[in-house]
Amino acid sequence: MNYNWNWSIFWEPTPEGTGTYFDTLISGLEITVLTALGAWAVAFILGSLIGIMRTLPSKPLVVLGNVYIELFRNVPLLVQLFIWFFVVPELLPHALGIWIKQLNNGPFYTSVVGIGLYMSSRVATQVTAGIKSLPSGQRMAGTAIGLTTVQTYRYILLPLAYRIIFPPLTSEFLNTIKNTSVALTIGLLELTARARAMQEFSFQVFEAFTAATVIYLILSAVVTIGMRLLERRLVIPGFNGGK
Amino acid sequence: MFSDFDFGVIWRSLPYLFEQGMSFTLTLTVIATIGGIILGTLIAMMRLSSKPILSGFAASYVNVMRSLPLVLVIFLFYFLMPYIGQWIIRADRPIQVGALSSTMVTFTLFEAAYFSEIMRAGIQAIPRGQVSAGYAIGLNYREVMRFVVLPQAFRNMLPVIFTQTIVLFQDTSLVYVLSITDFMGAASKIAQRDGRLTEMYLFAACIYFIICFTASTLVKILQRRVSIVR
Amino acid sequence: MMFKILVAGCVAALLATPSQAQDLTGTLKKIKETGAITVGYRESSVPFSYLDDNQKPVGFAMDICAKIVDAVKTELNLPKLEVKYNPVTSATRIPLIANGTVDLECGSTTNNAAREKQVAFTNTHFLTATRFVSKKASGIKTLDDLKSKTAVSTSGTTNIKQLNDVNTEKKLGINIIPAKDHAEAFLMVETDRAVAFAMDDILLAGFVAGSRDPSAYVISEFTLSKAEPYGIMMRRDDPAFKAVADKATAALYKSPEGQALYDKWFTKPINKAGLNLNFPIPSSLKKEFASPSDSPDPAAYAD
Repeated sequence: MNYNWNWSIFWEPTPEGTGTYFDTLISGLEITVLTALGAWAVAFILGSLIGIMRTLPSKPLVVLGNVYIELFRNVPLLVQLFIWFFVVPELLPHALGIWIKQLNNGPFYTSVVGIGLYMSSRVATQVTAGIKSLPSGQRMAGTAIGLTTVQTYRYILLPLAYRIIFPPLTSEFLNTIKNTSVALTIGLLELTARARAMQEFSFQVFEAFTAATVIYLILSAVVTIGMRLLERRLVIPGFNGGK
Repeated sequence: MFSDFDFGVIWRSLPYLFEQGMSFTLTLTVIATIGGIILGTLIAMMRLSSKPILSGFAASYVNVMRSLPLVLVIFLFYFLMPYIGQWIIRADRPIQVGALSSTMVTFTLFEAAYFSEIMRAGIQAIPRGQVSAGYAIGLNYREVMRFVVLPQAFRNMLPVIFTQTIVLFQDTSLVYVLSITDFMGAASKIAQRDGRLTEMYLFAACIYFIICFTASTLVKILQRRVSIVR
Repeated sequence: MMFKILVAGCVAALLATPSQAQDLTGTLKKIKETGAITVGYRESSVPFSYLDDNQKPVGFAMDICAKIVDAVKTELNLPKLEVKYNPVTSATRIPLIANGTVDLECGSTTNNAAREKQVAFTNTHFLTATRFVSKKASGIKTLDDLKSKTAVSTSGTTNIKQLNDVNTEKKLGINIIPAKDHAEAFLMVETDRAVAFAMDDILLAGFVAGSRDPSAYVISEFTLSKAEPYGIMMRRDDPAFKAVADKATAALYKSPEGQALYDKWFTKPINKAGLNLNFPIPSSLKKEFASPSDSPDPAAYAD
C-alpha cells in the first residue's frame, strides 16, 4: 500500500503553532460540544414552545406551528446554514448586515441558530406527540380541579410528556451533535473540520479520520449512557412513561 | 451590494441545475434508498439472529454508523474506499473509485444502518404466532422470512421508509463537500461564479421545500391508508 | 535535506528512462490495462483549471495535461485512451492522488518539499507568491492592518499554512477561516465576511478581474512568501509515468507552443465576457520554460 503510516503524528506540533495535532482535535471536540449544546438549547426551547402550541385548542396557533415545522423540516440543513450565513445578512439593513458579518465568531453563532432552528422542528414534533399520547382524562382532570390551561400544562401534561419523549429526545440530541459537522461548510472549526485540516497539513489522512471517528464514537457513547442513567432516575413508579 | 437582485440568473441556469444537478441528486437518492433497504434488511435479519456473531456484528455496524456524522463518513469513504477495494480483491494497487460511485456506496452503507433499524422494528412487530405458524406448515427460515414476515414488515413500514427516503434526499446535498455537482453543488457553482448567492440559495431552498413537502404530504396520505387497511 | 530530495529526484529520473522492452509499472500499467486515465480538475482556479461558462473543465493546466495525455497515448500506443474527469478540492487532491482515484492533478498546486513526501510533481508550469486581496474600502496596506480581523484562505493550501505561521509568529490575532475552495473564499471577502483573502497572486488577479466591480478590490503589495512553483501532481514512486510527463512538459515549454499556450490564458480574453488577466510572462518563468525544472525549492527559480 502506497501510504506512509505515522501514528506518532498526533504528538507533533501543528503549523498553527498552537500545540500538537492532538490538541487541535481536542479543540475541535470542544467546538463541537459547545455548538451542539448551544443549538440544543435553541432547539429545546423553541421546539417545546412550538410543540405545545400545536396542542392548544386555538386553530390558528396549530396552523402556525405546522407551518413552522414544515418550513424547517423540508429544507436540507446545509441549505439552511447557507441561507443564514450568506443570504440573511444581505437582506437586512446594510449596517446591521455588516455588523453581523464582522462578528468575530460568525460561523459559531450562525451554526447555533441555524442548527438550533433546524432541530427545533424535530423537537416540536416529539413534544406534540408526547402531549397527544397522554390520555385525555389527564387534561380534563386538570380542568376539573380548577387549574388554568397554563397550570394544567405546567403541573400535569408537560412533566408526563417529557418523560415519555425522553428517549426520542436523546436521539435528537445525538443528531444535533452529528449535525454540527455540516457547519464546517461555513467555516466552523469543529471536530470534522479539524480532522480535515490535520489531513491537509500532515498528509496523514487515515490517522486523522480514524482519530475523529474514535472521538465521535466515545462522545456518542458517553451521551447515550448519561441519558440512560438520567432516564432511569426520571421514571415515575407505576406510570410506564419511560417505556 | 446585492440590492440589485437578478432572478434571471435562475432562468438562465435552469437546464444545468436540473439536467445535471437534480438528476444526480435523484439518482443518488434512488440508488442509496434501494441499496440501503436491501442491505438494511439483511442487517436487520442478522441482528435478530440467534447467532451471537451475526447479531453482534450487525449491532456494532448499526451503532457505529449511527454515531458518526455523515460529513465525516463521506470524507472517510472517499479516501478509504480504493484501499478497501484493493484489499478485498487482493489487487496490486488501489482500486479506482470515481467521485460518483464513491458517494453511491457511501450513502448505501450509511443509510443501510438507518433502514435496518426501521426493518428491525417492522420485523419485530409481526406477531410471533405467524412465524410459528409458518414453521408449523413446514416452511424453513428463509421461506418464513420471504413469504410471511418481510412482505408484511415492509408494507407496514412503508410510510417510515418513505420518510427516511426524504431525509436521505436532503442528506445528498452534503456531497457538496466533495465538489460534486448535485443540485446544491450546481446551485452553489452558479451562485459563486455569478455572485448571485441570494437568488440561487433561496431558489435551491424553495425547490427542496417543494419536493420534500409534496413527498411528505403524500406519505401522510399513504400512512392513513395503510393504517385503515390494517 | 533539500539537496537529498533533489539528488533522489535526479536518480529517480535517470532510472526512469523508459525502455519499451521493460514491463510496464505503476500508473502506466494501470492506464494500459483500463484504457483510461483520470484527470483531476479544480472548480475555480482561473485560469489554470476551472469550470467555464458551460461548466466544462478548462484552463492552462488542463491544456498542459492534454499534452501529457497525448504523450501517454503515444508511449502506450493507445490511440483510443479514454480521459475521465474528476473534481478535486484543495483538501481532497492529495488523498485522491494517493488512493488512485485521480492520476494527474491539473490545477494550481504548489510544489513543495513537504508534499513531495506523499506525491510527485512534473515540471513547473507557473511561479506565484502569496498575497492578500481586500476591498479598497477596508484600507489594508500592511500585514499589521489585519490585526484582530477576519481573514480567509482556502483549506488545504500552502497559503493558509503560511497565514497561520505568520499569525502565530507575529501574534497578530487574525481570525482565520478555512474555505472549501477559492471561489468560496473570495465570496467571503465579496460579502464582507472576511476583510482579506490570502492566496497565490495570480489566482487573486483572476478573481478580481472576474468580479462584478474589479475597481473595488486591491491586491496587496506585501507578500507572505517567495515566488513558489506550481506543478502537475501525480503519484510518488512512479518514475516511468513521471518520465513521460516530464518529457512531454519539457518539450512543450521549450517550444514556441509553450509561450503561445501561456499567452492564450494569461494575456488574451479567456471567455465571452472578455475576461483578460493581462499578466505577461515574468522573466523568472521564462527562464524556467527555457530549462524546465521540477524543483520544489523557490530559490531554484530566483531571477
